[in-house]
Amino acid sequence: MYTEKVMELFMNPKNAGRMEDPDGVGEVGNPRCGDIMKIYIKVKDDRIVDISFETFGCASAIASSSMVTEMVKGLTLDEALAISNKDVVNALGGLPPQKIHCSLLAEEGIQAAIEDYRAKRKAGVEAKP
Amino acid sequence: MTERYVYMDHSATTAVDRSVLEAMLPYFSEEFGNPNSLHMWGRKARKAVNEAREKVAALVGADAAEIIFTGGGSEADNLAIKGAAFTRRDKGRHVITTAIEHHAVIDAFHWLEDQGFEVTILPVDEKAMVRISDLESAIRPDTILVSMMFANNEVGTVQPVAEAAKICNERGILFHVDGVQAAGHMPFNVRDMGIDMLTMSAHKMYGPKGVGGLYIRNGVKIEPIVHGGGQERGLRSGTENTAGIVGFGAAADLALRRLGDGSIEEEVRLRDLLIDSVTSSIEDAYLTGHRTERLPFHASFCIGSLEGESMLLRLDAAGIGASSGSACTSGSLEPSYVLLAMGITHELAHGSLRFSLGKDTAREDIVYVAEKLKKIVADLRALSPLWENRG
Repeated sequence: MYTEKVMELFMNPKNAGRMEDPDGVGEVGNPRCGDIMKIYIKVKDDRIVDISFETFGCASAIASSSMVTEMVKGLTLDEALAISNKDVVNALGGLPPQKIHCSLLAEEGIQAAIEDYRAKRKAGVEAKP
Repeated sequence: MTERYVYMDHSATTAVDRSVLEAMLPYFSEEFGNPNSLHMWGRKARKAVNEAREKVAALVGADAAEIIFTGGGSEADNLAIKGAAFTRRDKGRHVITTAIEHHAVIDAFHWLEDQGFEVTILPVDEKAMVRISDLESAIRPDTILVSMMFANNEVGTVQPVAEAAKICNERGILFHVDGVQAAGHMPFNVRDMGIDMLTMSAHKMYGPKGVGGLYIRNGVKIEPIVHGGGQERGLRSGTENTAGIVGFGAAADLALRRLGDGSIEEEVRLRDLLIDSVTSSIEDAYLTGHRTERLPFHASFCIGSLEGESMLLRLDAAGIGASSGSACTSGSLEPSYVLLAMGITHELAHGSLRFSLGKDTAREDIVYVAEKLKKIVADLRALSPLWENRG
């Protein structure tokens, strides 16, 4: 059912766990539907220098989280925003059709974290006298 | 490589017992006759089918003539429900079942609804038990059929079948019981209990897949759903699956022995050990279903802040076969309708797990499963944002 890559990342996810003092946090999904993805980012010079995730969900949700965090680490924010769920699916070697929504969560999680970072930064700039 | 392999999904299916396999083998190539043929080959096959029928009947206290062999439990459920409803449709159009039935029953009832029958679905309490008072108040003058499972496959709860039977018997309503999970695992007698029709399945009791049985009390008339050569008293046409039926007979024999030799009591002790280990060593882990009124081999849980499929796959990697009613394992976005009918929240229902023990499950297996599950839950909770933010 799952590719080797999905199982490998599910069993040994990369960038897993909560981050202290993140610059941006994105949380997407719904516990009612059985998956929530939370992405933490650290940003320096408009670039994602560190990233981690916490995910409640099935194996494909966990593997998608791990994969997307690896893919965007080191990218500029705009480059990261260009990563689509299709890119995540391809990097995983495919997902079963009913699990494609997990890759969408990964795409949306990154977007939410970047939006959060940009909103905080904007608020921070405006707050300065 | 894992330390052990522990199959704990006997509610899904069981391995064919060696004695059952050996009983079946001659009926493929040597004794291959059609039981409906008059010659020696046919007579040998007929004799084997008849003997198997007696063994299956003996398991539940029926007469051999009251057992119909089918192609499995689902077929037997469909035959009982559709066959009874169509026979009695001039007496009334109202039929009753429960919210936690197997799909073979629920979907047959939905089909009846499409055919113009009126269906009442009884709710269950938080332990998945049907309330007899709900059954009593659902019955109408035009009620012709009630179908209630003996014990639930997902949460193990054993229903008040005898009480429900009494109510139906008194009112002349046909009473069908889906006994797929219970038959061969709990001692009971269809006659004492007042059951009119009982579904059984061979592969849930160490017999082969593809063979089921329907007990139909002598005197109860139902319509067939498979028409043809008139086998099985005209209720299930088609050349008998001789080897499979022989296997069912041998499995019934084995089950009857196990019901009397203390095996079930030991199974209950192991089941309780697993329930106690999991609920005491894992925080936010709950037993689902009734604590005592449950299948002897069945332990089911909901684990907070986790999703079932991820636990199943980690258990699988540790050599443990279990199952779950989470959305991700059902292929839909909804978790198990059984858990939702019990009032369990969507969030918690996603974290459901079922372990069903078998005759070869050892104490060491239980200890291994409890230890591995504890570690897997801790590892996955370290990833779960829900666990961190729990109230």
